[in-house]
Amino acid sequence: MSDITKQSLTELVENIKSKKLSSTDVTKAFIQRSERSSELNAYITDDFTSALDKAKKFDQNPNLDLKLPGIPMAVKDLFCTKNVKTTAGSKILNNFVPTYESTVTENIWNEGAILLGKLNCDEFAMGSSNETSHFGNVQNPIDKNLVPGGSSGGSASAVAGQLTPITIGTDTGGSIRQPASFTGIVGLKPTYGSCSRYGIVAFASSLDQAGPMAQNVKDCALLQEVISTYDSKDSTSINFKRNHYSKELTKNIKGKKIGIPKEYRVDGMPKEIEDLWQKGIQYVKDCGAETIDISLPHTSYALPTYYIVAPAEASSNLARYDGVKYGYRAKGENLIDMYEKTRSEGFGAEVQRRIMIGTYVLSSGYYDAYYLKAQKVRKLIKNDFDEAYKKVDAILTPSTPSSAFKIGEKTNDPVSMYLNDIFTVPVNLAGLPGISIPAGHDTKGYPLGLQIIGKAFDEQNILNIAFAMEEKINFKNKITDWWLK
Amino acid sequence: MNKKNTEYLINRRDNQYEVVIGLEVHAQVLSESKLFSSSSTKFGAEPNTQVSLVDAAFPGMLPVINEFCIKQAIKTGIGLNAKINKHSVFDRKNYFYADLPQGYQISQFKDPIVGEGKVILDMPNGQKEVGIERLHLEQDAGKSIHDLDPQNTFVDLNRSGVALMEIVSKPDLRSPDEVNVYIKKLRSIMRYLGTCDGNMQEGSLRADVNVSVRPKGSKEFGTRCEIKNVNSIKFMQMAIEYEANRQVDLIEEGKTIDQETRLFDTKKNETRSMRSKEDAHDYRYFPDPDLLPLEVSEKFIEELKNDIPELPDDKKKRFIEEFKLSSYEANILVSDIDTAKYFEEVVAKMGKNKDIKLAVNWITGELFAVLNSKGLEISQSPVSAKNFAILINLIKNGTISGKIAKTVFELMIDGDKDPQKIVEEKGLKQQSDPKALEALIDKIINENREKAIEYKQGKEKLFGFFVGQAMKASGGKANPQLINEILKKKL
Repeated sequence: MSDITKQSLTELVENIKSKKLSSTDVTKAFIQRSERSSELNAYITDDFTSALDKAKKFDQNPNLDLKLPGIPMAVKDLFCTKNVKTTAGSKILNNFVPTYESTVTENIWNEGAILLGKLNCDEFAMGSSNETSHFGNVQNPIDKNLVPGGSSGGSASAVAGQLTPITIGTDTGGSIRQPASFTGIVGLKPTYGSCSRYGIVAFASSLDQAGPMAQNVKDCALLQEVISTYDSKDSTSINFKRNHYSKELTKNIKGKKIGIPKEYRVDGMPKEIEDLWQKGIQYVKDCGAETIDISLPHTSYALPTYYIVAPAEASSNLARYDGVKYGYRAKGENLIDMYEKTRSEGFGAEVQRRIMIGTYVLSSGYYDAYYLKAQKVRKLIKNDFDEAYKKVDAILTPSTPSSAFKIGEKTNDPVSMYLNDIFTVPVNLAGLPGISIPAGHDTKGYPLGLQIIGKAFDEQNILNIAFAMEEKINFKNKITDWWLK
Repeated sequence: MNKKNTEYLINRRDNQYEVVIGLEVHAQVLSESKLFSSSSTKFGAEPNTQVSLVDAAFPGMLPVINEFCIKQAIKTGIGLNAKINKHSVFDRKNYFYADLPQGYQISQFKDPIVGEGKVILDMPNGQKEVGIERLHLEQDAGKSIHDLDPQNTFVDLNRSGVALMEIVSKPDLRSPDEVNVYIKKLRSIMRYLGTCDGNMQEGSLRADVNVSVRPKGSKEFGTRCEIKNVNSIKFMQMAIEYEANRQVDLIEEGKTIDQETRLFDTKKNETRSMRSKEDAHDYRYFPDPDLLPLEVSEKFIEELKNDIPELPDDKKKRFIEEFKLSSYEANILVSDIDTAKYFEEVVAKMGKNKDIKLAVNWITGELFAVLNSKGLEISQSPVSAKNFAILINLIKNGTISGKIAKTVFELMIDGDKDPQKIVEEKGLKQQSDPKALEALIDKIINENREKAIEYKQGKEKLFGFFVGQAMKASGGKANPQLINEILKKKL
């Protein structure tokens, strides 16, 4: 049984469809490994008993036409799951059990998958190391005391550590791609409007997007195919023609033009990242694609812009956590006192910092100088990409400016923490799809990722490029199972 | 067009002050469901029974615009002769309160759905135009109930998310009377359009009232105070009167007026400071990222325009031209859509040989009196338009006299009876046979010889005595015109 958890999603689906494995076999295997992996702290809430029941029930009358037949899957704890506690990594939602299901998870269960549990994440997805979670740090399976990245740190750790065959995260400024890069897995942030935001605890509404995190590109394409649907319950969901991403996946990227943006060569970037990027350029050339030097002139403004827009939206989105209707409530002398105590005790330091930044930039007298200006710069950043896409089909960059760092290394330096997202943030601001694929190791043997950025709604193209590169890179994650009990 | 109305001025010593008023009217959109959710908007339900996950702001819930409410707002804009904005934006107005589940109200700040327009008021001395600044859509909040428990506040979210139209006037109003007419006109227009039921008791129509004063003749505006959430016309008028006098007193005492938000205490009939400008909330407005800007096409607006019924101003014009009514009569008939409907139905049922003047007099006289005394709306009239029309025709063609008609009308009220049948059953038909009447009059003259002689000698007042005797003798059924003619001949 031990090798079940080593199988990719695609293999598991095939084995269940050909009845070589039952859903119960697979579910049991992942539950057992998850139970032995408490050291990783990847789960906030497990739903193992219920998962096993569902697996048995599936096996009694298996519908093998489904895309995820009887496949167990843990998901980031930002997705509301009916009757299963949903915390968003926060004390303020520590007792919150939704009566409803997010559209994205609903799509997944409709294709036959089974919920294993809810995965740890930074509080309200605010963080790049999973260290802001109320439920503690998550360990990176790559090495002890190494952060898995964030905010989808539990998700990345669970996939890399084979606690779940695949998962979904959310990405507001890099929260899928950065942890994917830190743990040696594949992570896709789809085009804004591709996956419904209904039922996902909101961080920054104009940037949030759910996406798959997987062991390989094919698995990633399959899950994207399942979760990307038009949803009338989300006014920003876009009704466009969606591909059968896994079926249409091809390694033939001959003649594709790949842009290499000079602005991503940032000061102080480690040589190993530069070397990785050069290797990446060689790989796409080896696949028959052509690389073209391009310019995205406003790149350096992306991070400051993001740290105005995202906190502004968050400060308003998180106003509903006030102790009145659900979630944590502190005792207070009166309404205002109750609000203040509830929110001071219920939110962690990073969330409070961002609420304050957001409140500040929206204040009268500062709105024009910060929020309005940031929106204008955001438009310029989007224009940069539009310009570039007149010449190229996709853009290749490193995913992160460094490999994973140690737990506690950056906790006291928020700006250095924010710099982690320097390559991923522009993609969210422009609403584009981006995928991170593992592409090599640094000198310590930690994984490094490359990012492919696509045109809006052109997920198929970046999946194809990633698929072709994946074969050339032939990445092997160095997992020693050091945490297993 | 703008004739000067009798001025409403506040006098102190030798100084005269003019009052400047602007209104922000909150009108609940007539709609089955809320602005961003499918919950019911029905009034009077058990607390918290009409609340969706969106209305209660559960995590991950998203607003979806109710297209019907957009149509209602645009229709109202058309009714206010206003510019319809093809591009409008929903913003978040951020503040904390227990009955505001999201921690923000979705409203329209910079780009409202409806821009400038105007409303014509019929004042006793002529017409007055009042400018509309804008109309925007927003969500209502829930209701905090403070008086059920000494320690706790209860929250009812049934209203949370209900669509409101905020209609902002220009500071064009100058008296409590104008405010009265303005509110009634707005209400009338929206009821014609079916976009707001205008029910002030149920809170479907409330207003924030901005009041300032200035020396008569001054062009500058004074510092204004905003009186929040006044829910009846009477209270608006009382609040304005109190507030304007308060401000004038301050000026007369050499003090300045603070720009502030005030509350009207209906029991003490006074306004009280709620918060000063310094304490004003910073609402941190910004475009709601959960909603894309609202774009409506020319075609969409045109289709709604085709859907607009005849509105009070046009109806009034037509009534004056078509039915030769006075401006005053037409006003009374058009101000409420149900009155206009009743009147038009009566006109239609009266057929060819109709007396519209008579019908108008009877509607505004007898019918209104009955409705008033019974506390009924005209839509609940105990006499249908059809039977009412028959009654008018019976008067017009001489079957019954006006006096008898009043008796018949009394009998009609109970169960909407057919007046024709009442006349037949009770034998109330007018006596119009000249021969029979001549005989009756001969008899009276014979019985009152002395009086007849006195009349001939010049005591003309006695003519009325003979009319009265003749009517009495006929049981009130004699045709009064014929009696007059015969008496003149015989005496």
